[in-house]
Amino acid sequence: MPTTDTTTVTVRIPTPLRSATDGQSTVEVDANTVDDALRTLTDRYPDLADNLYNENDDLRQFVNIYVGDEDVRFGDGPETALEPNDEISIVPSIAGGCFHRWRVNA
Amino acid sequence: MNTAVPNASLPSTAGVRSALPNMVDDIGQTPLLRLDRVAADLPETVAVYAKAEHLNPSGSVKDRPARRMIQEGRESGAFRRDQTLIDATSGNTGIAYAMIGAAKGLDVTLALPENASAERKKVLRAYGAELLLTDPMAGTDGAQRRVKEIVEAHPNRYFYPDQYNNDANWRAHYDGTGTEILEQTDGRVSHFVTGLGTTGTFMGVTRRLKEHDPAVQCVGVEPATAMHGLEGLKHMDTALVPGIYDPSVADAHRTYDTETAIDMTRRLAQAEGLLVGPSAGANVAAALDVARSLEAGVVVTILCDTGTRYLSDDFWNDE
Repeated sequence: MPTTDTTTVTVRIPTPLRSATDGQSTVEVDANTVDDALRTLTDRYPDLADNLYNENDDLRQFVNIYVGDEDVRFGDGPETALEPNDEISIVPSIAGGCFHRWRVNA
Repeated sequence: MNTAVPNASLPSTAGVRSALPNMVDDIGQTPLLRLDRVAADLPETVAVYAKAEHLNPSGSVKDRPARRMIQEGRESGAFRRDQTLIDATSGNTGIAYAMIGAAKGLDVTLALPENASAERKKVLRAYGAELLLTDPMAGTDGAQRRVKEIVEAHPNRYFYPDQYNNDANWRAHYDGTGTEILEQTDGRVSHFVTGLGTTGTFMGVTRRLKEHDPAVQCVGVEPATAMHGLEGLKHMDTALVPGIYDPSVADAHRTYDTETAIDMTRRLAQAEGLLVGPSAGANVAAALDVARSLEAGVVVTILCDTGTRYLSDDFWNDE
């Protein structure tokens, strides 16, 4: 049984953003939703904020967030709930490819 | 029963002199368009023109460097008849290679991130190119690394034009795009504004225009952030910087976020009848900002590619 009410998940950082995460390709965070996880991430690495959020503090349209193989756009968006050991991927946009499904390489 | 056709009535195939042997010969010599409706707030002494590179045969400015890199490879012996052209590209250069390869009977293999759109992959396959799909998390830089590994393992099997480090890329724009801009503006161009990706367009046109008149001001446009949706453009602080890029030739740089570029892309379709891609939107937004800072001037920018390439993107009807 979990002893805390938050979940530890892994966030996969794409190559173009690793200069903002001290070169880390994955970062572990404690969070219950995708939004929690990304806010925790940007608190820890403030240089990521402009890349992920617009001036209204909304997730930018071309930023693609996956939990496992699922694009959160087709689920509950930033409110998507997380399970222990879930893997969140921030995927660089390829124009023409933002809204297509693909499988995350293991 | 077949009836013999008298020779005298056979049509001659020799008389069609105005026909082109194939699409490759129709690359370049694109129209220069004056933008009026999106530039309505400018004084009469300032004009903004756009080079309609989306009207090249495969739909983008990349037809020019792709043709030139293939030509120079052939002439130098670097691209032998038994070799396959290989390069990394998520987009326009790949489509240009694939089109030219089909028209000229060349084998083409392209590495691109797996999350490139289905229609883009279909276009490439329709031209007969072989595709290597790479990890989406590594973006186009990952596709570039994959190609380098393959070429190092099989150096004799492939011709790798490497558009980021091939001087034929910018020379295509020095001889072509830049010279055409001088002709089409009667040498009156005062400002040139375009996005930085491989930087071939920027480097080649800038060198040609400054040779004509060193006072011509040349402005490079970049995405404002490392993560962006501007196909073909690079955020130089975080990307692999192309070997052909020399930042010292730029007079100024401007950065645009994807949202601003997409707003302008929609306006170009609706107010000018120009269905072009987001990088063209960034270029026009930047050209208009430069124009607004002038009392008099002739500002030229580039419409990089056709908007039909982005129809599966969700931005066309948003407000």
